[in-house]
Amino acid sequence: MGRITPLLWLLFSAGGTVAALLFPVHLVLTGLAFPLGWLEAPSYEFLHRLLTHPMIRLYLFVLISLPLFHWAHRFRYTLYDGLQLKHLTELIAVLCYGVAFLGTAMTAYLLWNIP
Amino acid sequence: MSAEPHYTLYHPRWYRRRVSVWWWLQNRSYTWFVLRELTSVFVAFFAVVYLWQLRALAQGPEAYGLFLLRLKTPLFLALDTVAFLFVLFHAITWFHLTPKAMVFQVRGKRVPDWVIVGSNYAAWLVLSGAVAFTLLRG
Repeated sequence: MGRITPLLWLLFSAGGTVAALLFPVHLVLTGLAFPLGWLEAPSYEFLHRLLTHPMIRLYLFVLISLPLFHWAHRFRYTLYDGLQLKHLTELIAVLCYGVAFLGTAMTAYLLWNIP
Repeated sequence: MSAEPHYTLYHPRWYRRRVSVWWWLQNRSYTWFVLRELTSVFVAFFAVVYLWQLRALAQGPEAYGLFLLRLKTPLFLALDTVAFLFVLFHAITWFHLTPKAMVFQVRGKRVPDWVIVGSNYAAWLVLSGAVAFTLLRG
C-alpha cells in the first residue's frame, strides 16, 4: 500500500480538480436545466456525432474516471474517521478503489465500443 | 487468604472515552469539515450518472430517451439539486485549498494566494462556458 500512496494521492487531487472545474456546469445542465425544460437537451444524433471525436472520448474518460478515484480516496478517510472504522482499513480501501476501477473499466469499455 | 494466587496476563488498558459517531455535530467547524468530506459522495454520484448516460448513448436513441425521462422524475431532480449544492461546495473549497497545498514560484518569488485562487475561478468560468457552448449547440 505504501508504495502506491503517492499515485493514489495524485489521482485524488487530479480528480478533485476535474470535479471542481467541470462537474458544476455538467450537473446544472444535465441534472437540472435539461430535465426542467429551462434549456433543450441535446439530441441523440448530436451527442453521438460528438462522440465520434477521439478528443471528446478522452475528455469523457477523464471526466468520469478521475473523479471516481477522487471519491475513493476521500470517502475512505470519511469512513475511517467519521464512522470510526479504523479496524476495517484494508477492506474499505479495497472496496473503494475497487469501485473506482470498475467504473473506469466500464467507461473505457463503453467508449471503446461506441461505433 | 486463598491458597492459590490468581494471575492474569498483564495487559495495559488505556483510558479512552467513547466518542459518538455524531462528534462532528458538536462544533460548527467540525460540521463544515465533515460536510466537505461528504462532497465526494455526490461527486461519485454524478460520475455514475454520466456513466449511465454514456451507456444509454451506446445502446441507442430509445435508451437515451429513457435516460432523459428518468432524470425528470422527482427523485432524480431532488438528488441532482442536492448533488449540485455539494459539488459547488466542493469546487469553492477546492479552489481556495490549492494555494495551501501547492506553492508556486515565479522568479524566486512566491505567487500570492489570491492570484492562484483567482486563476482557478477564471479557469472555472472559461471551462464552464466552453462546456455549455458545446452542449447547447445540439
